[in-house]
Amino acid sequence: MRRAEIITAGLMALLSIYLMYKSTELDIGYIKGEGPGGGFWPFWLAAGMLLSCVWIAINWVLKKSPPSQSDEKYLDSYGLRMLLLVGGGVTGFIALCHILGFYGAILVFLIYYIRFLGRHGWPATLAISITTPIVTFLFFDIAMRIVLPKGYLEPLFLPLYDFFF
Amino acid sequence: MEILGLLLDGVFIALDPLNIMLMLIGVALGLFIGAMPGLGSVNGVAILLPATFLVPPASAMIFLAAIYYGAMYGGAISSITLGIPGASTAVATTFDGRPLALKGRADLALVTAAVASFVGGSVANVLFTAFAPPLASVALDFGDPEIFALMLLAFATFVGLGGDDIPKTLFSIFFGLVMASVGLDIMTGEPRLIFGDITGFMHGINFLVLAIGIYGIGEMLWTIDSTRGNLTMTEAVLSIRRILSACRESIKGWKGTAIGSFLGFFVGILPAAGATPGSLMAYGVTKMVSKNPKEFGKGHVGGVAAPEAANNSASTGAMLPMLTLGIPGSPTTAILLGGMVIWGLQPGPLLFQTQTEFVWGLIGSFYISNLFALIVNLAFIPLFIWMLRMPFTVLAPMIFVLSVVGGYAATQDMHDVWLMLIFGVGAYLLRKLDYPVAPAVLAIVLGPIAEPKLRQSLLFSSGDPMIFLERPISGPITIIAIILILLPLFKLIRDKFKARKAAAG
Repeated sequence: MRRAEIITAGLMALLSIYLMYKSTELDIGYIKGEGPGGGFWPFWLAAGMLLSCVWIAINWVLKKSPPSQSDEKYLDSYGLRMLLLVGGGVTGFIALCHILGFYGAILVFLIYYIRFLGRHGWPATLAISITTPIVTFLFFDIAMRIVLPKGYLEPLFLPLYDFFF
Repeated sequence: MEILGLLLDGVFIALDPLNIMLMLIGVALGLFIGAMPGLGSVNGVAILLPATFLVPPASAMIFLAAIYYGAMYGGAISSITLGIPGASTAVATTFDGRPLALKGRADLALVTAAVASFVGGSVANVLFTAFAPPLASVALDFGDPEIFALMLLAFATFVGLGGDDIPKTLFSIFFGLVMASVGLDIMTGEPRLIFGDITGFMHGINFLVLAIGIYGIGEMLWTIDSTRGNLTMTEAVLSIRRILSACRESIKGWKGTAIGSFLGFFVGILPAAGATPGSLMAYGVTKMVSKNPKEFGKGHVGGVAAPEAANNSASTGAMLPMLTLGIPGSPTTAILLGGMVIWGLQPGPLLFQTQTEFVWGLIGSFYISNLFALIVNLAFIPLFIWMLRMPFTVLAPMIFVLSVVGGYAATQDMHDVWLMLIFGVGAYLLRKLDYPVAPAVLAIVLGPIAEPKLRQSLLFSSGDPMIFLERPISGPITIIAIILILLPLFKLIRDKFKARKAAAG
């Protein structure tokens, strides 16, 4: 934890500096007759972020915040495995949305999660994985008319559009 | 009297068949969301907000408010039967609810929780109806400096009262505000903070992207990591006769209910406080004034009633500043406020004049939703307990799917879905290091409102920041905000002083 605390503070400080730099693309000062420039607000807020990071670092040196005193691992083997399998799964899911569209990706993701991470039986897995995209389709595409991307599966949906619209 | 007439009109609006249906679905969903460990009102409202674009704004708001309400009831169910809070707002309910369940009196605990929630909600509704219109009419005179000062006060409460690590709280606030400023500069229309010249940033970062990222994806990762899949359940034996006898017995907790109902409301109004500290405080106070405080923690009815009355009352309390001032009193109401902006409603005191049907319909719905929540809760306790058996390995992927689909539906841009993933994983990683995430959500909602207020105020005063201190209303508000921000510093100095005194003496 202790090491993670200072590394995170450092990374966040870098992010703050980048945001400050990026804000200077617009005027950060006071423009007569127009009020503060467009960069004023984000610049000083990012400066505030940077100061907070410095403060966090001071607390780290003084060992005042709980994470800076903790010897526990930031991500133990369970946490890391979980992050890779679950976080990675969600990342893959979103990437698949570009290729298979939302509905194909939902099917694949649910099978992956419920069958392989959750170790549930195939009947339950398939029942949930197939029902969910159908309900989602009926709710979003049909009821709300919010058309979710279909990727390469678009041709499969044409008969459905003909049926509903 | 005029208020009663308006309230009656509001109740009639809320009794529209569509609204009744939405309220019933809302409280049932809320009860489920509240009961599920890892999901609370804020998660439910954030994830389901994109699904409300189907109905008119007033009905959407009534639906989301019903979820908010239901979740406050639902949290108790898992606190009592699983021993782990279904939502952070029900943490205090585990103290006495779990021991009661272990003694075989889960039915008593569940009924007490439901009855206390109902009383808490009802008291809060009456207080809300009494306070909201006068507060809104006072707030009508507020100009830009006053509104900015109020926002400053909202953020200051996080620093002074939030109880989290202060620099991390500040970081969270600033981060949310900067994220809110991405896109086109509201006043000049110039592009701003377009990272890597990616066009997806041009339309700004919708607050839902951050909110669903944090409360959908981040929360699931957090819950999977922290519970590690270990949950055990206590059975509750329920029948109509047992429920009725439990109702009679639950009256013993009246003191807790009364304390929770009033305390919860006023704590709920404060942006940083809300239902969780409200329920903890109510528990503490009830224990303090009790004749036999030793019974608390071993299964005292009052120990269940106090936090449950308080969290329902606080959720209504949090609506008060949101509707009258446009300053949300909790993360959940921050998301509701963001929703109002999406629906084209200008939050703030003007709502009471220009959108009377919306406002009073919503207030009327509080009363009816509260009643519905009680009935649905008592009638379906066995069903909710049965649903709690749903394995987390099924619930979690469904939440991920809902988050991703909802994140897309909000802006219909894949860029935002990726951004949501980054925020979600980032929130999980930062939360492990005690960074509070709620201030960032409040900040991204308030940011686009706060910035123009500040800039207009400064333009008005030719760049002199003293304008916030010199005006009669914004002055005191700003001073209170500054005191709140400095409060932790005072405490630090006092502690140092005491330590020195102790060392010397």
